[in-house]
Amino acid sequence: MSDQHNKDIDHITGVETTGHEWDGLKELNNPAPRWWVWVWIATIIWSIGYWVIYPAWPTLSGNTKGTLGYSQYTELEASQAEILARQDQYLSSFEQASYDQIANDEELNAFAYAGGNALFKNNCATCHGAGGQGAVGYPNLTDDDWLWGGELADIEQTIRYGIRSGHDEARISQMPAFGRDELLEKEEIESVVGYVLSLSSDEGADASSEGAEIFANNCASCHGEDAKGGRDFGAPNLSDAIWLYGGDRETVYETVYNSRSGIMPNWEGKLDENAIRQLTVYVHGLGGGEGVGAVVEEVAEIAPDVIEDPMSDAIEAVENVVEEVSEEVSEVTDSSVDASAEPSVEEGVEEEAVEDDTTTE
Amino acid sequence: MTATTSDVAPRYNDDVVRLFTIATVFWGIVGFAAGVLIALQLAFPALNFEPYLNFGRLRPLHTSAVIFAFGGNALFATSYYIVQRTCQTRLFSDGLSLFTFWGYNFFIVIAALGYVLGVTQGKEYAEPEWYADLWLTIVWVAYLLVFLGTVIKRKEPHIYVANWFFLAFIITVAVLHIGNNVEIPVSLTSAKSYPVVSGVQSAMIQWWYGHNAVGFFLTAGFLGMMYYFVPKQANRPVYSYRLSILHFWSLIFIYIWAGPHHLHYTALPDWAQTLGMTFSIILWMPSWGGMINGMMTLSGAWDKLRTDPVLRFMIIAVAFYGMSTFEGPMMSIKAVNSLSHYTDWTIGHVHSGALGWVGFITFGCLYYLVPKLWGRDRLYSLKLVNLHLWIATIGIVIYICAMWVSGIMQGLMWKSYDSMGFLEYSFVESVAEMHIYYVLRAMGGLLYLAGGLIMAYNFIKTIKGDVRRSEYPEMSAQKGTEALA
Repeated sequence: MSDQHNKDIDHITGVETTGHEWDGLKELNNPAPRWWVWVWIATIIWSIGYWVIYPAWPTLSGNTKGTLGYSQYTELEASQAEILARQDQYLSSFEQASYDQIANDEELNAFAYAGGNALFKNNCATCHGAGGQGAVGYPNLTDDDWLWGGELADIEQTIRYGIRSGHDEARISQMPAFGRDELLEKEEIESVVGYVLSLSSDEGADASSEGAEIFANNCASCHGEDAKGGRDFGAPNLSDAIWLYGGDRETVYETVYNSRSGIMPNWEGKLDENAIRQLTVYVHGLGGGEGVGAVVEEVAEIAPDVIEDPMSDAIEAVENVVEEVSEEVSEVTDSSVDASAEPSVEEGVEEEAVEDDTTTE
Repeated sequence: MTATTSDVAPRYNDDVVRLFTIATVFWGIVGFAAGVLIALQLAFPALNFEPYLNFGRLRPLHTSAVIFAFGGNALFATSYYIVQRTCQTRLFSDGLSLFTFWGYNFFIVIAALGYVLGVTQGKEYAEPEWYADLWLTIVWVAYLLVFLGTVIKRKEPHIYVANWFFLAFIITVAVLHIGNNVEIPVSLTSAKSYPVVSGVQSAMIQWWYGHNAVGFFLTAGFLGMMYYFVPKQANRPVYSYRLSILHFWSLIFIYIWAGPHHLHYTALPDWAQTLGMTFSIILWMPSWGGMINGMMTLSGAWDKLRTDPVLRFMIIAVAFYGMSTFEGPMMSIKAVNSLSHYTDWTIGHVHSGALGWVGFITFGCLYYLVPKLWGRDRLYSLKLVNLHLWIATIGIVIYICAMWVSGIMQGLMWKSYDSMGFLEYSFVESVAEMHIYYVLRAMGGLLYLAGGLIMAYNFIKTIKGDVRRSEYPEMSAQKGTEALA
């Protein structure tokens, strides 16, 4: 930076350079653009204002709180309160309503369905699929084929306590591992598998076959003489060509050989009362729901007089039905709990009873 | 290397610059390809090859390959090239500078091996475990010694602006790297370590590091490149010395505060979020100072953009720099951040900076450097440079637009409640909606990768001494004599 460089003028712009040169590079002595300086000052002033009204600078005893008294937690609460207020319009009537009241109240039904839909997608869809269509090992919830029952109370119980979830009230059953535990010979398993597959085949089953005899002695106690399944044990219907783990010969052999015991978690304690009831209504409404709240034809089947009576009597009549149904359900529940108690399970195994949740849903 | 190296003044060590240049191109291709693969993995999950080549392991491989391998080697190459010329002296130590080449690239290899084997600290952009961290520290100190030693023994009375930026980058990255990697290995034979600081303090340190990796590695360092190669390529003086002083000091003082904006609406205290946000806003103009100085350096030479695709690369880079340094402060505003955070918008923002700014300024510098380093009069083909420019630019635009749309859509879907107060969409429904944008993003990335391959081909031909004669009619006219040269 000798003196002669100090007067160096860039001939294109007419601007003076700083007089230094590095490897042929020079710098013009332009001032920083005015607008740049002013916008920068504006951002600084804006920030100072922000510091005054919001929590900003740490101090020895904490931090400056700001004049607005802002906290991200109160902001969160406020935004959550706005959302919850929308639910609150319906919540108190929903809490007090029975399932049949919900079924008969368009608004409550819509509320339950909306809540159940959101809950289902965030909690259940992982296994049962976004539309409840199920997957291998995870039951389809949109059809009429239920392992443990498709009435509202059944569904609520399953959601609430789960299946083999470890909860004290969980639905429990265990199909014996006929092959692994050497209850049946391989040949016997093969013939019973053949018989089970023939139940849903076009040709039909041969009741006099060896497989039929093995089935009657080993499987019928849970799956039923007619193989239509038993909901007390969550034993699937084997005659309907609906398969939970697969209906090919190898898979069914595997099922009989090693048995199956899928697990569904209990949602009590994870979801609140209202959420469980919303989910119940939602799952019930996916297509296969039975009993009250299901499609009108089915209500008619169970209680024909309800439909015929004047509207004023209808609700009462439905309530009666619900009572009856829930009594039945509680009996069923009791018996299934009994059956799942340890001693009877052992008994069951000794008797070679087939307790099964397996092959079909 | 070749006989023509005698063209280059012997007082400079360009051997190590050539090594770093080759490594830059090589890692660039690797990093872009890894990016295309993981983009495709997000669009088509079947492309996850467990366990070594799944998204979780390849994602840090991609980010490290482009930031530290491609970007890092480019910074080494250009800083060594620039510091020698602007200080009119040879590198402080040939041996130490060669050590930084092998040492730095060894670091990249052991870090990448760790990723595919599942070894990670789980800290974004700081994934390498303790053994790699220690090694990098040694290499980085050597880098500082070479650079600072060269500056100290300079033959110029003043330090050129590019070197301020390089020095700030080297020193601050050292501080950040050490500060964010204070950890204790489980044992000397174990790859696993645990950080000494935990909880929200650890998160704060991580994003102090993470944001300033952007600020000093990807901004200050590359501004250093810009301050040398843009005036060189344009053959014009730097627009404003005063602006360069103002924006240099303000940039480095303010950037360091901006990290907390990565932790809005978390366990980080409100006051720290406020400071992170407001300093990000104040940072806007200091960032733009670099853009102004880069753009305005062309005053009096704008016509060169019509004829010079290399300069075009550099100026588009500066434009992307300006765009992403506006978008960044905007996204740091808490109201905006509550929508954009955790969405693809952030990914789009990062890539407008990485592909547009870091990538393009590097390509521009490489196109300037390669003929000079290998003693060639010109590049093999300027038409291929132009092809690279347009393919890559279209790729970036597709990429960024896809991420803007998908990011804003994600943010809106996640926040959407129905009239009864229930979440309207599940997370997986938002994922399903992203598919088409992820496919588009992969296509954008593929174009960018294709551009990189065209560049590599152009360099191989240039280094071999080939010239695409159809582009240089004046050379065909005087063939015979020139062809022998």
